[in-house]
Amino acid sequence: MQHRYIPMTDQDRKDMLETIGVNSTEELFNDIPQKVRFDGELNIKPAKSEYELTKELTQLAEQNSHTKSHTSFLGAGVYQHYIPSIVDHVISRSEFYTAYTPYQPEISQGELQAIFEFQTMVCEMTGMEVANSSMYDGGTALAEAVNLSAGQTKKKKVLVSKAIHPESMEVIYTYAKGFNLEIVEIDYQNGLTDLEQLKSELDEDTASVVIQYPNFFGQVEPLKEVETMLEDQKKTMMIVSSNPLALGYLTPPGEFGADIVVGDTQVFGIPAQFGGPHCGYFATTKKLMRKVPGRLVGQTVDEEGRRGFVLTLQAREQHIRRDKATSNICSNQALNALASSVAMTALGKQGVREMAELNMKKARYAKKAFEAAGFETLHEGPFFNEFIVKLNKPVSEVNEQLLQKGYIGGYDLGRTSDGYDQHMLVAVTEVRSKEEIDQFVKEVGEANG
Amino acid sequence: MAKEQDFPVIFELSQEGRKGYHLPELDVDDINLDDEFSNEYIRQENPDLPEVSELQIMRHYTALSTRNHGVDSGFYPLGSCTMKYNPKINEDITRIPGFSMIHPYQEESSVQGALALMYDLQESLSEITGMHSVTLQSAAGAQGEWTGLMMIGAFHEANGDHHRTKVIVPDSAHGTNPASATVAGFEAVTVKSNDQGLVDLEDLKRVVDENTAALMLTNPNTLGLFEEHILEMAEIVHEAGGRLYYDGANLNAIMGYTRPGDMGFDVVHLNLHKTFTGPHGGGGPGSGPVGVTEELAPYLPKPLISKRDSEEYFFDYDRPKSIGRIKPYYGNFGINVRAYTYIRSMGPDGLKQVSENAVLNANYMMRRLETEFELPFSQHCKHEFVLSGKNQKKMGVRTLDMAKRLLDFGYHPPTIYFPLNVEEALMVEPTETEAKETLDEFIDAMIQISNEAKEDPEKVQEAPHTTVVDRMDETTAARKPVLRYYRED
Repeated sequence: MQHRYIPMTDQDRKDMLETIGVNSTEELFNDIPQKVRFDGELNIKPAKSEYELTKELTQLAEQNSHTKSHTSFLGAGVYQHYIPSIVDHVISRSEFYTAYTPYQPEISQGELQAIFEFQTMVCEMTGMEVANSSMYDGGTALAEAVNLSAGQTKKKKVLVSKAIHPESMEVIYTYAKGFNLEIVEIDYQNGLTDLEQLKSELDEDTASVVIQYPNFFGQVEPLKEVETMLEDQKKTMMIVSSNPLALGYLTPPGEFGADIVVGDTQVFGIPAQFGGPHCGYFATTKKLMRKVPGRLVGQTVDEEGRRGFVLTLQAREQHIRRDKATSNICSNQALNALASSVAMTALGKQGVREMAELNMKKARYAKKAFEAAGFETLHEGPFFNEFIVKLNKPVSEVNEQLLQKGYIGGYDLGRTSDGYDQHMLVAVTEVRSKEEIDQFVKEVGEANG
Repeated sequence: MAKEQDFPVIFELSQEGRKGYHLPELDVDDINLDDEFSNEYIRQENPDLPEVSELQIMRHYTALSTRNHGVDSGFYPLGSCTMKYNPKINEDITRIPGFSMIHPYQEESSVQGALALMYDLQESLSEITGMHSVTLQSAAGAQGEWTGLMMIGAFHEANGDHHRTKVIVPDSAHGTNPASATVAGFEAVTVKSNDQGLVDLEDLKRVVDENTAALMLTNPNTLGLFEEHILEMAEIVHEAGGRLYYDGANLNAIMGYTRPGDMGFDVVHLNLHKTFTGPHGGGGPGSGPVGVTEELAPYLPKPLISKRDSEEYFFDYDRPKSIGRIKPYYGNFGINVRAYTYIRSMGPDGLKQVSENAVLNANYMMRRLETEFELPFSQHCKHEFVLSGKNQKKMGVRTLDMAKRLLDFGYHPPTIYFPLNVEEALMVEPTETEAKETLDEFIDAMIQISNEAKEDPEKVQEAPHTTVVDRMDETTAARKPVLRYYRED
């Protein structure tokens, strides 16, 4: 059957085989030894027509509860936010999404400039001097930052707060293995990193300290105190993982002397899509510019003196350095970085603060509403848009009931965090209305018994 | 400083007070947040993002898109990248709310449709590659390579083979291979190619020893040639206790003809954004699933998607030997949905036709171009081939110049100066989705450029002539890096 993605007709094939000088396409595969040939048909489902496949997969998708069918209070690193309509219109331009890495700058100025603008926006958000073109996601960006700190300081010990995203912690362990790093987990107290323990573990062998700001429990870590602590260990690097939206309100890590700031720009224009693809960002200081993993776009001029952009400082990268490379990353998340750029541009200087504050105000309203309904909430300190509600029964039981009522409940903290069995991490973003919050509190109360 | 002739960056369009957003209303108590925070944690100056209207944003990015070449814009024969057509139905399916608006931490009962899709994709990729099981967690090819090597490392370690620290990589391999070996904690060792462009078996025997952890290979290799002695190679490596790693960058050449598992490979990574039409997105996001033999399956990253007898799908975290988690959540689901849609659009017969026609197209172009360009390896190629610009270089025209001249014809040039073992290399991969007319027009352009090299070399040396900018000063870009925009005031 002639497939719609394959244009060659029988006549084309005949003409082409003649030019090649063979009788059949089969002959072109004669170099594959008979012993390894695959005979017969692959045991996968038969092809479906465009209409039938769309119908089938739409029905499959409808088996899932999603944020159009349900009202969600689930966050824990992935959030439902306002996505301006223009975002999808821009990233649907096929000149962007069907292009590859901009190796030929003359015909890739669009992509290169978009990345340059993204780098600028990430610098602005984080208060850092340099940002790369993006990473796979916030978790792997953090793990790469840890590896970079070890390579740069020639030290093997890394102090990681247990109040970071638990899956980022797991990824750090996997990435660190190839470099034989020693990961020391720093416990939390009342939802914040235990600074006493951090201080006692910090020594001259410490490559870096890793903190999330705001942390996994939504709490705002006192970065100022971490900065002060590191004054005695000048070589130890400070690595901060941040939800960039929170930095619309919070003092950016760059102002607390962070050496590397990473995170995920999913909050800006990228749908949850079951956890990926999202878009990691990686920001650092000028001093570390030549150590950054991944692609960097730089401004330059052409032969006529016109401003333009190119991939630059490629001597850092895997395809040049081969086995001397410190990271093997080739791709970036260009299309998602573009989505985030468009969303950040739409929000602009005022909107990004307004959106951060909306999250904070609505989250505070929700926290008070839970308290007024008789729930115990945690913690006491300043927080961004997430807080913890203590339940009487397993969170998954409550969540199953909430699903029936049209809600996607919060994150089951007991799954991953010690001491938090039957605690739900509730996220409230700008898209939740007062009415939805009130109703949710009521439904959680009923499900909780 | 911006000149009149410069295309504006978005920050240069900004005017204080302009807005491009409309947020939901504040319908709860308006409290003073600043009371809660000590001053040093309250941002004093807003990030300097652009202030522009919605139309300005659309015009800006639409204009940028016209300054970019994609597969939909024109032929894109970039070798080793498989720049094939990206079907539009894939884009539609991935945007269905039941796929795009689901959260990774929802109860399993509420995402059975997504899990079913992932499970079937795992199964399909296992079948296509001839492997026992597949993880979808890896975000890209490079991450897949590293994941595969970490698994091989964990396997050797579990067997007490701590001395297996070396990963063998052909001299023609992509730079990512040795880089992946290094970041996975191995030492990369090079094996030479012979004069047919294939791995030199004698040299392989020389470098393989009791310290060998793995051999990494693409097959067809980076020259587009099938490693005919793959079984002998597998035997040499396996005899010595090493494992075989398949870099799936070139899978587009062999689907339905042979499978890495049947060739003796133990680990395979795939680039779903190449063979399986997840778009390249200007450099990502991609997706790089990894398949393994039964022996290595216990080491796969967790979780895997499994199915209970009750037909219910679940995340299987109970995998004590797993190398752990390589990425938050479950991989680039959005790209995996596109790849799944593609596989279901093609079926077994369609996938075989893909490889058949990809190979046909490449061989046709190669035979027509070898009359004008040096062809270092003359056997049939698979899905791509490598030419050398040696002849043209004698006339003072370098491969870079010819690549730039191709831009004037509306083409993205082939991959150049790779692989490293061919002088002035031009690596052409047409893919199966291009029509014969397109191939013929490109071939004519290549021949014309070669003629220009003889008759009017300056025309080629000074190319491109028609693009929005000329060749860029890359030296200054690297010496005095400007990596972000600064306002002029």
